[in-house]
Amino acid sequence: MDILASLRRILALIRKEILAVLKDARTRNVLLIQPVLQLLLFGYAATLDVNNIPYAALDRDHSIASTALLAKLDGSGLFHRIANLTQASQMKPLIDNQEVLIAIQIGPDFQRQLSAGQQAAVQVIADGRNSNTAGAALDDVGAAVDSFNTDWRYDHGLPQPAVQVKLRAWYSPNLETRWNMIPALIGNITLMSTLMLAALSVAREREEGTFDQLLVTPFRPVEIMVGKAIPAMIIGTVQATSALLVAQLWFRIPFAGSYVTLYVGLILFLLAAVGIGLFVSSIAATMQQAMLYAASFSLVFALLSGLATPISSMPEVLQDFTLINPLRYAIDLVHRVYLEGAGIGLLVPDLWPMAIIATVTLTAAAWMFSNRIE
Amino acid sequence: MTDHPPPPFRAKAARVGALIRKESLQVVRDPSSVAIGVVLPLMLILLFGYALSLDVKHVPIAVVLEDPSSQAREIAASFQLSSYFETRVTRSMAEAETLMRSDKIEGIVRVPADFARRKAQGDASVQVLVNGIDGNTARIVEAYAEAAVAQTGARLDAEGQANGVAGGQAVIESQLWFNSANNSRYFLVPGLIVLVITLIGAFMTSMVVAREWERGTFEALFVTPVRTDEILLGKTVPYLLLGMVGLLLCMGAAKFLFDVPIRGSIPILMGVSMLYLLVSVAIGLLISSSLKSQFLSSQVTMLVTFMPALMLSGFLYDLRSVPFAIQLISYAVPAHYFIRLLQTLFLVGDVWSVIWPNAAILAGIAIVLLAFARRATSKSLG
Repeated sequence: MDILASLRRILALIRKEILAVLKDARTRNVLLIQPVLQLLLFGYAATLDVNNIPYAALDRDHSIASTALLAKLDGSGLFHRIANLTQASQMKPLIDNQEVLIAIQIGPDFQRQLSAGQQAAVQVIADGRNSNTAGAALDDVGAAVDSFNTDWRYDHGLPQPAVQVKLRAWYSPNLETRWNMIPALIGNITLMSTLMLAALSVAREREEGTFDQLLVTPFRPVEIMVGKAIPAMIIGTVQATSALLVAQLWFRIPFAGSYVTLYVGLILFLLAAVGIGLFVSSIAATMQQAMLYAASFSLVFALLSGLATPISSMPEVLQDFTLINPLRYAIDLVHRVYLEGAGIGLLVPDLWPMAIIATVTLTAAAWMFSNRIE
Repeated sequence: MTDHPPPPFRAKAARVGALIRKESLQVVRDPSSVAIGVVLPLMLILLFGYALSLDVKHVPIAVVLEDPSSQAREIAASFQLSSYFETRVTRSMAEAETLMRSDKIEGIVRVPADFARRKAQGDASVQVLVNGIDGNTARIVEAYAEAAVAQTGARLDAEGQANGVAGGQAVIESQLWFNSANNSRYFLVPGLIVLVITLIGAFMTSMVVAREWERGTFEALFVTPVRTDEILLGKTVPYLLLGMVGLLLCMGAAKFLFDVPIRGSIPILMGVSMLYLLVSVAIGLLISSSLKSQFLSSQVTMLVTFMPALMLSGFLYDLRSVPFAIQLISYAVPAHYFIRLLQTLFLVGDVWSVIWPNAAILAGIAIVLLAFARRATSKSLG
């Protein structure tokens, strides 16, 4: 019973690997607590929504209109007026010291111009040190001014603009960044540890000299590889599950799809991650190298996954590179199963690239192992 | 006789010098150290400079033209001509919805069948549907779509009824200070420096020292006449130097590749970077000396230095908008103070009211952490 004996050997190796990783209480804690901690912290931190904008107002008009406009800002709940200024020169120190994000200046003719049917300018100065935040704050000012204009036209019997835009967002009705971010983090967090675990499993034995001992046992290279791959995948699955629980139970993001579909996708993704990890492991000479390569890979994969910045804005060459990034497919897959409830049929474009990445890296790693052994 | 022992200071300097020399040689000779000290920063510089852009371009959308009138077609044309969108025109909503479900498009602009008729009555509307999963892109699509529709609508109005007096309205004249061209590199590059210094300072130090603990070579140092603070000095100096190399690479790239201005003075920039580097090295020493394991050190260092530098420093996300508890945690992240210093020194200038408090906090953190690191590495085998 050759296959049975082989299976028994693999099982023994899996058992030994899991024990080796989990016997140390500190490692166990790091592996289990880290995904939950990361998800909690970054789930709250990673928001591109800007909802607390300190600002300074310089109202030179002191009219009904200018007061109404400032009241619109204050009433939106997004803006907090820190200072009422009397001179333009007071704006610079407030912005330089980052006490305000935005300074608003209303000219002395504001109401007169509006009543005369002219355009009345509102000057808005934003702190561009983080131009992303500043842009979002300017959008919020724009929305408040639009709302002021609508009220003004209504109160003065003027016609509303001829064409209006009615917006509806699918899948995430309030356009919350968190709904986008947290499911994506499930893939991100799992990738880091799985890749690292797989990369270290062989490198550690090599550095401690036990790899040579493994080679004189009846294990075949493929069996060693399977025995190293499965424990990392099991730990990855546990991590993904705990992250999934946090997303649903703590952040209360509704799960729209099927768990079977999600786990099929996740297992393919973990297979690809482990494949890359084992390949890294097969080319690294020491644990330190394995760890560095693994960290670099996860860093590049994370930055080029489309989570931080949209893939369609990247240069062509890097867009092509993202095609071999398993995280790109995993994030897309988790998003679509989790938020859209997509079935397995719609996910084929995400599944087959991960399958190919897994096949190629695992084959390469197996080849490297047997060639180093010979 | 003349065989005096050398003066204590000279002996100390010689021991520290030898340690620094050994450590530096080790850094230079190990390909993986070169990888993290030089290759990784270069890779990050290129990625941040060329790959990462928050500007939205060529977003695939569908325009559903249910109204074949010329006015409706003008709305469609305004999307087709824009470089923000990759527009395809469909006749039916069902077709567009299928495209959206299969993720071929990010949004739908629907011009309803009664558009021209209702336009004449003055209450026409255009429906915009976006895929809300990527909230950021969705919001940008929304803003662009509104602007495009408003402009076309205004033009149609102007052509249609030249006599119609437009009502008075407030318009925004916005200025983006310190980054008037709204170039996202201006805030990505200071963030990049934080990440590179964190990687070199904390990640590399913690791995190297953890390896020495794992292999027992750290304990071997204890039987030599070298004292604890000398060991620390010997470990710190090479990584400080390597970190400065990374910093210079980034500053060179900022100035010559990405045209990001350096409006503050360079000595101050270098000085505060040294402070942050010292903080990073101290964290690396502290973690590796308390955990004494390479795998654990690398995971914990990533968790407490690199990820917070990316997510909780105010580099990408606005800290004013996060919940209060997270804001409190962000005050414990050294990168928080460093990013403020860098953003100000790069884009604004030498604003002393920003420099003094933040630099003082960094210095305080460095002193406390080094003291802890000294205790953790003290010559005991406990």
